[in-house]
Amino acid sequence: MKPLLQVHDATKHFGGLTAVNQVTLALDEGEILGLIGPNGAGKSTLFNMISGTYRPDGGTVRFAGEDITGTPPHLICQRGLARTFQIVKPFANLTVVENVMVGSFLRRGRVQESEQRARQVLEFVGLSPYADQPAHNLTTAGRNRLELARALATEPRLLLLDEVMAGLTPTESRGIVSLIQKIRESGVTLLVIEHVMKAIMTLSDREAVLHHGELIAVDTPSEITRNPEVITAYLGGDHDAPRH
Amino acid sequence: MTLLGRIPRDYLILIGLVLALLTLPSFLNQFQLSIAILILYWALLGAAWNLMGGYAGQFSFGHAAFYGIGAYTSTMLLTELGLSPWLGMLAGAGLAALFGIAMGYLTFRYGLKGPYFALATFAFAELLRLISSELKFINTSIGIHLPLTGGDSWQRLQFEDNPQNYFYAITILFFVGYLIKISLVHSKLGYYLQAIREDEDAAAALGVNLMRYKVTAVAISGGLTAIGGSFFAQYFFFISPELVFGVPISIDILLGPIIGGTGTIWGPLVGALFVTPLGELTRAFIRTPPGFLSFIEGRSGLDVMLFGAILIVVILFMPNGLVGLGKQLWARVKR
Amino acid sequence: MKRSILKPTHRNWLILALIILVAIVILALRWEQTVFWLSRYGIVLRQATVTGLLIGGVYGLVAMGLTLIFGVLGIINFAHGSLMTVGMYLTFVLFTRYGVDPYLSVLITVPVLFGIGLVVQRFIIHPARNAPEHNQLLLTLGLALFIQNFLLVLFTATPRSIRLAYGRGETPIGPFMIDFPLRIWGTTITLPKLAAFVFALALAGGLYLLLQRTDLGKAIRAVAQDRDGAALVGIDTQRINMITFGLGTACVGAAAALVLPFFFVDPLAGDTFNITAFVTVVLGGMGSIPGAMLGGLIIGLTQELGVVLAPSSIKLLGVFIVFILVLLFRPQGLLGVKS
Repeated sequence: MKPLLQVHDATKHFGGLTAVNQVTLALDEGEILGLIGPNGAGKSTLFNMISGTYRPDGGTVRFAGEDITGTPPHLICQRGLARTFQIVKPFANLTVVENVMVGSFLRRGRVQESEQRARQVLEFVGLSPYADQPAHNLTTAGRNRLELARALATEPRLLLLDEVMAGLTPTESRGIVSLIQKIRESGVTLLVIEHVMKAIMTLSDREAVLHHGELIAVDTPSEITRNPEVITAYLGGDHDAPRH
Repeated sequence: MTLLGRIPRDYLILIGLVLALLTLPSFLNQFQLSIAILILYWALLGAAWNLMGGYAGQFSFGHAAFYGIGAYTSTMLLTELGLSPWLGMLAGAGLAALFGIAMGYLTFRYGLKGPYFALATFAFAELLRLISSELKFINTSIGIHLPLTGGDSWQRLQFEDNPQNYFYAITILFFVGYLIKISLVHSKLGYYLQAIREDEDAAAALGVNLMRYKVTAVAISGGLTAIGGSFFAQYFFFISPELVFGVPISIDILLGPIIGGTGTIWGPLVGALFVTPLGELTRAFIRTPPGFLSFIEGRSGLDVMLFGAILIVVILFMPNGLVGLGKQLWARVKR
Repeated sequence: MKRSILKPTHRNWLILALIILVAIVILALRWEQTVFWLSRYGIVLRQATVTGLLIGGVYGLVAMGLTLIFGVLGIINFAHGSLMTVGMYLTFVLFTRYGVDPYLSVLITVPVLFGIGLVVQRFIIHPARNAPEHNQLLLTLGLALFIQNFLLVLFTATPRSIRLAYGRGETPIGPFMIDFPLRIWGTTITLPKLAAFVFALALAGGLYLLLQRTDLGKAIRAVAQDRDGAALVGIDTQRINMITFGLGTACVGAAAALVLPFFFVDPLAGDTFNITAFVTVVLGGMGSIPGAMLGGLIIGLTQELGVVLAPSSIKLLGVFIVFILVLLFRPQGLLGVKS
């Protein structure tokens, strides 16, 4: 079977800095791949190249067998590749359900159908009680779930999650972990950037480690923690040593 | 309150409102009726602006461009070809929409946002004013007097004997304009525009084609504005580049929605209900001031000066407009 | 997937270059007519160039004030021109009532307009700092309407002008006696325009030095660059906002006094300058001080040359065409930095 997502030699420079250097990566249908690495390793840049926010300076991105390199974000989303943002971007003056409707309109043009679908998604992520409140009333945890719900409402085959547990308490994080597992069970493939190591270790089937823009390892979580190069990368770096 | 329950409500309000409006001429005298006409006319223009400036968040400071295109198109078609202004209106709306598409495409393509976009719309309107002042076939800066045929004619949209017919005409346009606005706002387009206003990156990530929807908003907004311009030409019987492409028109169009509340269905109407009579009252006040203020009699400028002051006060104390203020108060009462 | 070889920014320049190329080819094909035309209009063109540059200096000063306010407060000040009109009437009244020389009255109009700027920022702009962005724009618009019509009530719409008692024939400039109007290279330069240009450039240079060299200037630039960062290192950002707005309006205070000897004043006189200043600021890069001066000179030239070259009798037409071209091809301005 062909992989769902194939990133080949993806490269991005900012001025003189090479943020991502010739990264090659493949995702199989149905798996959860964790993407980890110290701050500034190029994880979000890689995400932005896959989702169309940045055009790669070199290399290709293929999704479901088709070349999507440099395709604008809205077309990539229409093909079934959705993402969340690290800094969540709720439509603050719309209600929670209206936020999600913007996502579900992608597959359903009619307002009633779109709203029905949006409410289902809200039920799924556990935000139903807040459906008719303005989005700016939500807590951080609520906003992260809303970000997820909106992306899910576009009915993606592949979902890119950019630190959806940032700023959450351990209890809230556990809630998100089980939500992500539920999403996978519903048949969605996931690429997950995460700083909360414990969460990512339990979630992912495989992990990819970025360091200074280069991919230094792809392996199962247990192997990753034993990989000497990964350990040096984290200890040598200033932040976020893998913790259990 | 669920969303499903809310959709028909705006339609019901509109129908109720229009039915009530149709009975108005029997209660009002000539002067009051002329103010009512102006209110509906500004409410229509405000609604048009609001689609682009309020819902899509693309702040226009040059709606005179669309307005002038509408006024000149219907007038030229009437004077040169004898075409009914009703058809001329549609032609003007189409032309203005095309202009909006071109302008929107060019400006959005280069990523103009916020103040830059506002300045660009301003420049486009000024450019049209300057060019139209030079064009011989529309009689340059001198302007055009519409031919008076005498009597009443719905086909020519001219009513000399029964001015209340103008009221019915603008009521029809108001109804159509708001019907379009409400149905757009409660459709996928409406949600997409608001999403774009709130956060373009997030909207794009959810599959929204930013260019397509922003340009659509500009085109629809421009088309509706042009209809207002055509109506003005038929009501005032005189148009000139200064009058229809000038900066004051752009300002007057956005005042209603700003004061009433941007990004709301009824904000522009509420704003027009507030702004229009205020303008008329200050003008009347200055024409015939009370004895102790007789020195201000006929002083031109006082009315607009007062207006500027009121604008400042309103924006300072009601940043979200009258509708926003109303919602806040209502929320407090309910609690 | 279709992909363009050129980056979009390069494509813009290519289009621009193509347009220029086509223009050159057309001129070359019509070479005889072009030479004839140039010889006939040579003097007119030279005069337009000189006048354009001289008036451009004043445009630059007005635009510097506007760009300073935009750079620090992020506001397009629609009342900028009306405040200039205030300065012009002030100069007018000082001259006609008290016989104050307009070039001396700069010493009065600058502090007065600075003060007005402080008050406007404190009581009109500052209270709306948390409101939606467009509200601040509308506040300045309301202020403009108020000022224009206040002046209309006070002075009526009649245009007024002043006439200097000197400036024709032999005039002492420092130790020298100079015969005005100057005639250089077939062009005529009058004293008021030359004085406006020289003073405008000097004041612009002074403002630039103030921003570059003094602590206040450094604080202003810090706030323009990073408001939160500036606040963190202990800069009182609201005080800087006020002073910046004051400095911005002080610029039009000076410009007002400088233009009056060769211009006129009516309640909308300053707004002509403000519309030009919008273009200038966009041209030079919003927030760029040297860009504003450069833009001013370019706009002055465009305006004067446009009248000679184009059949249109309207000065602003060329200016607006330049405006839209800049917006489309280089929205960050000539000297601006792309955000």
